[in-house]
Amino acid sequence: MIDFEINGRPVSVDADPDTPLLWAIRDEIGLTGTKFGCGIGMCGACTVHVGGRATRSCITTLSDVEGTNVTTIEGLDAEAKHPVQDAWRNLRVPQCGYCQSGQIMQAAALLQDIPNPSDEDIDAVMTGNLCRCMTYPRIRQAVRDAATAMTGDTNNG
Amino acid sequence: MLKQVVLGGLAVAVVGAIGFGIYAYKPAYEPIAADQNAEFDPLVVERGRILAAAGYCATCHTAADGEPYAGNYAMETGFGTIYSTNLTPDVETGIGAYSKEAFRRAMHEGVDREGRHLFPAFPYDHFTKMTDDDVDAIYAYIMTDVAPVKATPTENELPFPLNQRFLQAGWKLLFADFGRYTPDADQSDEWNRGAYLAEGITHCGACHTPRNALGAEIASAQFEGAEIDRWIAPALTADNPSSVPWNTSEFKSYLKDGVATYHGIAAGPMGPVVHAGVRELPEADLDALSVYLADKVGAGDADPAQSDAVLASLDSNRPDPKYRRDLGARLYATACASCHYNTQQIAQGRPDLGINSSTNLDTPNNLIHVILDGVNGPEGMAGVVMPGFRTALTDTEVAAIAAYLRDARAGQPAWPELEATVADIRVNGPQAH
Repeated sequence: MIDFEINGRPVSVDADPDTPLLWAIRDEIGLTGTKFGCGIGMCGACTVHVGGRATRSCITTLSDVEGTNVTTIEGLDAEAKHPVQDAWRNLRVPQCGYCQSGQIMQAAALLQDIPNPSDEDIDAVMTGNLCRCMTYPRIRQAVRDAATAMTGDTNNG
Repeated sequence: MLKQVVLGGLAVAVVGAIGFGIYAYKPAYEPIAADQNAEFDPLVVERGRILAAAGYCATCHTAADGEPYAGNYAMETGFGTIYSTNLTPDVETGIGAYSKEAFRRAMHEGVDREGRHLFPAFPYDHFTKMTDDDVDAIYAYIMTDVAPVKATPTENELPFPLNQRFLQAGWKLLFADFGRYTPDADQSDEWNRGAYLAEGITHCGACHTPRNALGAEIASAQFEGAEIDRWIAPALTADNPSSVPWNTSEFKSYLKDGVATYHGIAAGPMGPVVHAGVRELPEADLDALSVYLADKVGAGDADPAQSDAVLASLDSNRPDPKYRRDLGARLYATACASCHYNTQQIAQGRPDLGINSSTNLDTPNNLIHVILDGVNGPEGMAGVVMPGFRTALTDTEVAAIAAYLRDARAGQPAWPELEATVADIRVNGPQAH
């Protein structure tokens, strides 16, 4: 049994300790907003927060997260109205959408750490989140918009 | 005295008016019977087909969804909209009643069979340079191979007095230079052939020569470029701004296939000129046109492939080498930077790997351990984890990231035998958990 919190509620998962966190989230806990992309931590589609840090859940094992707080896209905001999500909707950022929950989780962590990111900051932090539809210009703009919404400061980006 | 001046002025005006009337008057040619032109030599008909194509007659004499040569194509001139005439051999509405002589006069002088002056939207100021033989060939083609269509074009939308056809004689008096092409003795036969075609049947200047306020081509500005249908017909002179001069082979390829490697394609109004027209000319004529036009542009024989402009352009096609970062930097950006980023200050739980102890030690072991096996919950900072990349990255890739951090971030001398160390720790090193 591995115990941790997910989106604020305690869970106990009975699975091999080497099971990727992503499998536990999707198959055991049943939250399917987090996606499987490359499986080797190189594309960002599976990004969740562990202890508030953006973490690739496909290569993070269950045993790694014992006792931690995990947040998935479903728990980012109770009404799905996190400023990043609002910006995403306003700009219609997603195209096929597959990478987007990972993008949003990465962007939310970025803005928590760097409330007023420059374009270079956005590029540096978001580079590991790949988008095959090449929605990068909209992603960058949405991060800027979300930063503005969160800080009231339009001097970002 | 005053009376004499007035009378004198009146006399001049009357004489002038009479003179203009005589100049403007053109008699009607008798209509011919429908079967009068029964037979033409097939070779002449074929030559006429090619010339009609080279003059892209059908382009302006066919409406968007109309029958070929039935006219009614709307031309927006600066003076009003003119609808092209029906060129099919229909006796009532087309040119079926035109004799050969009437057709020649239309082409050479811009006058219809009934003696009315045609508007210069019809480029008779170019066709006037054509030989009787060539004009007759087009006549033979139209009469033989174009299907008669009964269709009367829309009335022209020209304001008074521009719609007065006899006044067109004044325009001709001012601007038209009638007469067959006369060869330039200083130029080659091929050049002269090209000039004959370009200035006559293919009427290049109709679009490529700027026009004056009354819509006439400005002879002194031949081929200097103009706007047509909101497209630019570029200059066919030394003023042409292309980075590589239009030489003979470029013109040839453009006129024959609609594409010039070093310039571009025949698009917009030029599309039908090439694709529905000029390319039908025999090879020798396309060569002649190209020789003439290349001379007008002033292009030499230099191979464009070796020109500075082409080489520079090719060079700027290559990606900036800085864009292609080395493997370690690339992998770091993808796999590590999503968490290991800092801007204003270094945050706890966001280790900055340039100053991190593991990157600055004399051996890479600690860094390699963490890259391979990560940091789990009970280790390090409570509640924060790092995934291990043991199954995600090869030895080469782990070594590349480590080497990148050591060199570009920490500024330390390279670790020797880095990849071998990674392989050793992967296999033998005690796992972190």
